[in-house]
Amino acid sequence: MNNFLFEFILRLGDDNLILGHRLSEWCGHGPYLEEDIALTNIALDHIGQASAWLKLAGNAEGKNRSEDDLAYKRIEREFVNLQLVEQPNTDFAYTIIRQLFFDVYQLYLYDELTKSSNEEVAALSAKSLKEIKYHVRHAKEWALRLGDGTKESNRRAQIAVNDLWRYTHEMFVTDDVVEALIKERAAPDLASIKIKWEEMISQIFNEAKLFIPENEPPIILNSRKGVHSENLGHILAELQFLPRTYPDANW
Amino acid sequence: MDKEKIINLLKDVQDPEVPVLDVVSMGVVRDVKIEQARTIVTITPTYTGCPAMNTIEKDIVDKLKSVGIEKVEIKTVFSPAWTTDWLSEETKQKLRDYGIAPPGKTDESDFLQSFFTKKVECPFCGSDNTKVTSEFGSTACKSLHFCSECSQPFEHFKCI
Repeated sequence: MNNFLFEFILRLGDDNLILGHRLSEWCGHGPYLEEDIALTNIALDHIGQASAWLKLAGNAEGKNRSEDDLAYKRIEREFVNLQLVEQPNTDFAYTIIRQLFFDVYQLYLYDELTKSSNEEVAALSAKSLKEIKYHVRHAKEWALRLGDGTKESNRRAQIAVNDLWRYTHEMFVTDDVVEALIKERAAPDLASIKIKWEEMISQIFNEAKLFIPENEPPIILNSRKGVHSENLGHILAELQFLPRTYPDANW
Repeated sequence: MDKEKIINLLKDVQDPEVPVLDVVSMGVVRDVKIEQARTIVTITPTYTGCPAMNTIEKDIVDKLKSVGIEKVEIKTVFSPAWTTDWLSEETKQKLRDYGIAPPGKTDESDFLQSFFTKKVECPFCGSDNTKVTSEFGSTACKSLHFCSECSQPFEHFKCI
């Protein structure tokens, strides 16, 4: 039997885990000290959320897998995070645009999930939402400064938008998993999230002098079913190295 | 030992990152239940990724063991979500005395408003002629500020 609840929660966990790991790569490399601290603080929030979601996922699955088992003992094809979050940091503008796209998505998705018929999903969404709100503020402020900054910062931010736009469609795809949860009133209709997402992104871009690329075809891989860009394998190699080399290591 | 006594004991368990705060007055300890031989302590995290939570769990268990309560179970809940509004005036004064500007009342209605417009009162001289250095500080719960009046950098416990 399909365990749609497990699959849905796993997506929420994997998005956070992979993005948190990506962001943590900025540690010690931020453009200045305070921003280094900001990016790693946000990374920590994502790892915290990932840990809580994966624990819930383990419970929903009912096979005694802990959050650590799910993070460290699955292979690439078993990860169901969005491709957007596995994209490399590239430069600061790229990182900020990726965060903005994801943060605004998380904002509207979790806002709806606070009304989920599944109490645990609703509780963790409400808890996470407090963190997501300042993530959105952080990304928005930087998008404005970069987009409406110098010629060079605008150029780099626009390149990031052009490159990353194709990965945003995947956030709103409704498949069997989402449909099953909508039926149970456990998850919202993603089409309604998309409308709100586009509205906020357009507003911010307007102010930031950035443009949404036209006729950019969406990426065709289906990461929600485990098909990823080559980036994920590289992330997992680092993320899982220690527990795979020294199983059940303790300190 | 009854619930009230256990909660009183837990007031000795400090937040490892802000030692003037204890886990009860911070609102991290939500409930204590005694079921036959088991003592269940329900806690809620301040931030989902707060690295102090593991230490807090261990310190609670150790504290209760030190008075002979062996079977302790820690249960984590997320609802209601932790908020700085739970800190009492007394607790806020402790933060101020420690050199950390305490949180004001939470207001999420306009969360897109820049954090850099925030006016936080300096915990050292009381002036509000201060500026924001960074919304993010040494721990998830704090931001960095500078007092233009007494030229002191200081931390602020953010409202969430």
